[in-house]
Amino acid sequence: MGSDATAIFDAEAAQTMMKELRAVYGSGATKSYDWRVSQLSQLLKLIEYHEDDIAAALRSDLSKPDIESYVYEIGVLKSSIKLALKELRKWMSPEKVKTSLISFPSSAKIVPEPLGIVLIISAWNYPFLLSLDPLVGAIAAGNAAVLKPSEISPVSSALIAKLVREYMDSSTIRVVEGAVAETSVLLEQKWDKICYTGNAVVGRIVMAAAAKHLTPVLLELGGKCPAVVDLNINLQVACRRIIMGKWGSNNGQTCVSPDYIITTKANAPKLIDALKTELEKFYGKNMLESNDLSRIVNSNHFARLIKLLDEDKVSGKVVYGGKRDESILKIMPTILLDVPRNSLIMKEEIFGPLLPILTVDRLEDSFNIINSGTKPLAAYLFTNDKRFREHFVTEVSAGGLVVNDTTIHLGVLTLPFGGVGDSGMGSYHGKFSFDAFSHKKAVLYRGFVADADIRYPPYTRKKLRLLQALLGGSFLTIILALFGRN
Amino acid sequence: MGEEVEESIDGLRQSFRTGRTRSVAWRKSQLGSIVRLVSENEEKIFSALYQDLGKHPVECYRDELGVVLKSAAYALRNLDKWVAPKKGNLPLLFFPARGQVIPEPLGVVLVISSWNFPISLALDPVIGAISAGNAVVLKPSELAPACSAFLAEHVPLYLDTKAVKVVEGGVDMGERLLRQRWDKIFFTGGPKGGQIVMSAAARYLTPVTLELGGKCPTILDTLSDAYDVKIMVKRIAGGKWGPCCGQACIGVDYILVERKFSATLIELLRRTIKKFYGENPQSSKSICRIVNRDHFERLKSMLKDPAVADSIKFGGSMDEEILFIEPTILLDPPLDSELMMSEIFGPLLPIITVDNIQESIEFINSRPKPLAIYAFTKNEAFKQRIIKETSSGSITFNDVMVQFVCDELPFGGVGQSGFGRYHGKYSFDTFSHEKAVMRRGFFPELEPRYPPWNDFKLRFIRLAYRFNYLGLLLLMLLSRR
Repeated sequence: MGSDATAIFDAEAAQTMMKELRAVYGSGATKSYDWRVSQLSQLLKLIEYHEDDIAAALRSDLSKPDIESYVYEIGVLKSSIKLALKELRKWMSPEKVKTSLISFPSSAKIVPEPLGIVLIISAWNYPFLLSLDPLVGAIAAGNAAVLKPSEISPVSSALIAKLVREYMDSSTIRVVEGAVAETSVLLEQKWDKICYTGNAVVGRIVMAAAAKHLTPVLLELGGKCPAVVDLNINLQVACRRIIMGKWGSNNGQTCVSPDYIITTKANAPKLIDALKTELEKFYGKNMLESNDLSRIVNSNHFARLIKLLDEDKVSGKVVYGGKRDESILKIMPTILLDVPRNSLIMKEEIFGPLLPILTVDRLEDSFNIINSGTKPLAAYLFTNDKRFREHFVTEVSAGGLVVNDTTIHLGVLTLPFGGVGDSGMGSYHGKFSFDAFSHKKAVLYRGFVADADIRYPPYTRKKLRLLQALLGGSFLTIILALFGRN
Repeated sequence: MGEEVEESIDGLRQSFRTGRTRSVAWRKSQLGSIVRLVSENEEKIFSALYQDLGKHPVECYRDELGVVLKSAAYALRNLDKWVAPKKGNLPLLFFPARGQVIPEPLGVVLVISSWNFPISLALDPVIGAISAGNAVVLKPSELAPACSAFLAEHVPLYLDTKAVKVVEGGVDMGERLLRQRWDKIFFTGGPKGGQIVMSAAARYLTPVTLELGGKCPTILDTLSDAYDVKIMVKRIAGGKWGPCCGQACIGVDYILVERKFSATLIELLRRTIKKFYGENPQSSKSICRIVNRDHFERLKSMLKDPAVADSIKFGGSMDEEILFIEPTILLDPPLDSELMMSEIFGPLLPIITVDNIQESIEFINSRPKPLAIYAFTKNEAFKQRIIKETSSGSITFNDVMVQFVCDELPFGGVGQSGFGRYHGKYSFDTFSHEKAVMRRGFFPELEPRYPPWNDFKLRFIRLAYRFNYLGLLLLMLLSRR
């Protein structure tokens, strides 16, 4: 049961697993409030009793500083579970809905129900958070679930498999470890929802596979998240927050890290100085040796980043950093100034410790730069200018926007977290997680009170006139009133 | 056609970028124009629907024009509310900060509609797209050519041609459109079409809403009151053959009833059919035709199966010339017949008998999730069982079809019947991106947020995550950092 590390997970194994899960789900086991609460409680225990193991796994896979493990994975997860436990009854209860004159007399409600069996494929940069946080939503909504953690963070993946097997109901919650082959086999099955966190390339593959079974998807992808920095702000505070969002978040390997900065030509030198100062305060002079910075996850990504950094038209634009040590997979925080717009580093999501700064004459020009690319998962603005701020909020389309900070919106469970365009579709966190894994079923109650015959054949012109009078009359008055008002 | 289509879409994108479609004034004026388009051309629409489907003006008004007018009016009444940002409550930890969710348009959207309600299923989603501030391309079904032509001719006369376009065509044009990049695709049709649309959308990571169909079962529990039984039968008959002669995604597909009641049911249905359509339904003007030869053949071949033909209790006659199939009732046809395996989408009504009506739940659950389940019952416990133990887009008790006109209820499927939803505010939402916006100031600063890390900062963060403000205060006071 669960995940046996030695058995091959092939098509047959997948089909057997699906059959078993469907049988248990079909029995109604996951629908009860008690089951959901028990599983959520188990999940909380799993995390609370193994914080150290989790931090150790993250250190092994990513050299992640313990405090980051605590802040971004353990802390957020615990908050998420506790919120679900607290609110579950409310989330599960039907929502009464007003009905209109047309269906009088009637009453209606919207009843949330689970979708069924969900697949959660997660990324390597926050392996616990990105697998278990969606699981919180799936369980809260009453689904059975299969997790496929990333093989690029293997120690975490193995720990997730072990702990889930130990703590969770294995007849309904499973972990499948593996790489491309196992993921492909999983994607061939018929799921009731697929949640994928990762990049756009695989996102397309997931959606195309889901299309075969008409499976709805939640895609949390990425993009180049810009940070626009204005004048006349508290530059020190802004830089600290940018640094935390960039290098303080898995060393830039985060879907919502500020990817690049846009500022005015006049402002750039001050900004660069402030960044340098704060960086050295945080990480010391010898940043390659700092334990407070994650390493690059593996040699593939290391080579990818070096390629971005060493591209001819870019290498001369480094204004800070650039040092790297392949043996320990570290690249120090690096800032570049005015790299060409058509360079590789400006074309793809960096996902690493390189921070290009683009300068413009007027800050309003930043909108064009941002809007000429694909919509990112997040966009940031540092300003005290109310008008510019509101203009930005209206004009820039992204999954989410934060003014005067970076990435903290992830911790706000009352805001939906998700992308738009190439950065994804759907959202979750807090109640949005419950909703993402639910079907909201409309239920309408009618009585046997007599019907107007005009509903039924034989149809006559007289019935038509009555119908028009009944329905059309009210519209006309409404329309006239509205246009009169306007 | 050449590059016209691609250029058209580019033009819409440019228009969208200018912000033209975002103003609430623009949206309201467009919605008002849709109201005028429909109310000023009633006879033309009646005529097109009659040509394509043999629809009587009452059906046209009830199911098409009335629906469009209702949706446009509802959107106009509520638009100001819908576009307003929603407040998101933020925990004290982030004070002072403001959180909001702001709806914004997705961009340029594609609406592909079906042939059975060729006016309402085209314009209703367009109303949603416009309310949300998008530019729209509408591709009406070529299987309802008169309606498609009506829309192609009249939409440009009433709506903003820079932002709303109608593209006519068949499979080829559909494929062509699906090769383009859209910010959303809204599709109404069958599951195969849904798969094609979603696969095409995957290439551009375009979100989709798929309004598909399914076999919508109608459960008939025993009703003790004869009056109630009469109403029930009338509603079922009205819901089966009334909307487009059974060619409706939420139409009654088949009935589940206890064996002991089946004879009575058939007799009552027979009488109701006579009342609705007279002795010779073929000459009744109150019943639609089958849309085309292909669908006619499809339905004909369902009845060709000898075991199925044997189960016909009433009706069965057809006229190929005028694409007419009379209301037909079958009793317990084989469950593995084409008739019972695929969505009927026609005037054939199978009655499946069970020993105990509670069995209908298992019966429904062993089949793909339908767009709607109907149940006539006064048994509250049974109602609860149905709600809890079955899954469908929606459930309506003691009536059929009527959930379609309730703007407060989300309309959409689950599983094979689709995903996503619309109607009322859900139409606005389905064509919007809900953007989370968080606003902070530069003050105050929480030092423990920043490296270099140490135990104090870790303790602080642990307490912060528990929103344990008292603990935080104590920690601060005791540590004097």
